Amino acid sequence: MSLARSLSPVFSALRSPKGGISGAWLVLVVFGAIFAGVLTPFDYDVQDLPGAFGAPSATHWLGTDEFGRDLLTRILYGARTSLSVSSIAIGLSVFTGMVLGAAAGYLGGAFDRAVTIFVDLTWSFPEILVALILVAIIGPGITGTMAAIGVAYLAQFTRLTRAQIMAIRSETYIEAARSVGASGSFILFRHLLPNALAPVLVAAMLATGDAIILEATLGFFGLGAQPPTPSWGAMMSSGSALLFKAPWIIIFPGLAVAVTVIAVNLFGDALIHALDIKTRLREV
Amino acid sequence: MLDYILRRVLLLVPVFLAVSVIIFLILHLIPGDPVDNLLRVGSNAEARARIEAKYGLDRPLVVQYGIWLANLVQGDLGSSIITRRPVSTMIAQVLPNSLMLGGFALLFSTIFGVIFGVIAATWRDRWPDQMLMGGVLLGSTLPSFWLGLLLILTFSVQLGWFPVSGARGWESLVLPVLTIGLGGMALVARVTRVAMVEAAGRDFVLLLHAKGLSPTHIRLRHVLRHAMIPVVTILALRIGWVLGGAVTVEYVFARPGLGLTLIKALGQHDYPVVQACLLMLAIAVMLGTLLGDILQALMDPRVRSALT
Repeated sequence: MSLARSLSPVFSALRSPKGGISGAWLVLVVFGAIFAGVLTPFDYDVQDLPGAFGAPSATHWLGTDEFGRDLLTRILYGARTSLSVSSIAIGLSVFTGMVLGAAAGYLGGAFDRAVTIFVDLTWSFPEILVALILVAIIGPGITGTMAAIGVAYLAQFTRLTRAQIMAIRSETYIEAARSVGASGSFILFRHLLPNALAPVLVAAMLATGDAIILEATLGFFGLGAQPPTPSWGAMMSSGSALLFKAPWIIIFPGLAVAVTVIAVNLFGDALIHALDIKTRLREV
Repeated sequence: MLDYILRRVLLLVPVFLAVSVIIFLILHLIPGDPVDNLLRVGSNAEARARIEAKYGLDRPLVVQYGIWLANLVQGDLGSSIITRRPVSTMIAQVLPNSLMLGGFALLFSTIFGVIFGVIAATWRDRWPDQMLMGGVLLGSTLPSFWLGLLLILTFSVQLGWFPVSGARGWESLVLPVLTIGLGGMALVARVTRVAMVEAAGRDFVLLLHAKGLSPTHIRLRHVLRHAMIPVVTILALRIGWVLGGAVTVEYVFARPGLGLTLIKALGQHDYPVVQACLLMLAIAVMLGTLLGDILQALMDPRVRSALT
């Protein structure tokens, strides 16, 4: 599949109003995260105690925090942490889930049963609980958060891939490929996986939205990225005690999380529409 | 029916064992010596020997798990490293708070979710539907801890209607219940709407219309009753999410409960407390799902016959 063809659903999603607006926001956030160092004259970790608790003003557009650090700067740098942690975690989760799911759906037998038991077990518990168990084992920090998010969503991707493989496996064209003598691995990599890819990638897109919230929640508990590394959740964690004094420390990072998550969801919806896979997602 | 309930309870045993193994292993998977992780820094050799003997830490892992499980079943969850109090007492103190919060949040999201779902289905694709469903989408994508903080900011700091934190009296329950309940409400409203629309197109509804019953009567007495089955299913599946939400919200509102205890213990590396809280939350999720399944079987004879 050529690059242009595989990207065409993304372009047609961008053309719809919903996908266009949400896509523009996502591009803006990613751009801000990458070029944070150029976009702002402030540093994210240099303290300016006399200027602490500053309300939004012409110099500090979104105000300053309890150490006098510019809030907009910290939100831009925070986007780096929050977006990279959640997307890397989901990426690893999708890859592992696809390997496990494809192997289970294709091999069947005892391996399939073992995978199903694992999936059913984690599936029945809320993601936050699974994530907290992982954080308890690995410990607070960025690694712990990534592992926690990755494992929390693993069941979903494994289940989805397995169901897709099982459904496609009985299609006529697979039977045709087999009857002309195609090998098992050729069928798996050339036919089954590419066709199972689209729904899994859209599910991954939607899960990234949830992962951003989960990352922020763990950060808010003080279990995510440790100071002075800025992350959206950790910024709100220090702000929650200062609710009376400087509400903007809570409001703006939360707004960044909320708008980004809504944008991810809307863009995912537009992609589902563009790929025309609504029914395939609902089967699971 | 009794047979069905018994079978469902028995199905929980292997799940419980699997979960308990994982939670037991936390102590052995974290870096460092398990004995050190169970002791305060600077404890003497005598305390060390006592812990080792109690948990059989010099024995094979399987035996250790057996000892741990036997203690657990007898209600002995060890004692907190930080406060040195028995963990079971700590849990017993905070559990009612969490259950109350979860119960009310569930009640809130069910009642208001169904009401909004019915309204949206009745005026389908017109402004009440679009407004409600838009609000519902917004409510379900906001991070719950942020929603909680905004509610505190508006109703406690600005208006002074409700206390900022704590668990004293009924007023302190309003904002936490609202925070958890809004997310659940969104889900229930969406499912109710879809189920109502789907059930309204069935043949028996057409027959009821033909018999000349009033549309409101049909909608509330027949269509809604039918639509409740998927709602109960989704509530049963998502009961754990209410408890998961409780973890976050208790932390935001500093409400003594399982969630707050767990997050604090995680920060302090108080592993016996962490294990006990995780175990209690897992058990709560399992019992919640069981309750939902039984309710569903009571409501829908088709489910009963499919499973027996």
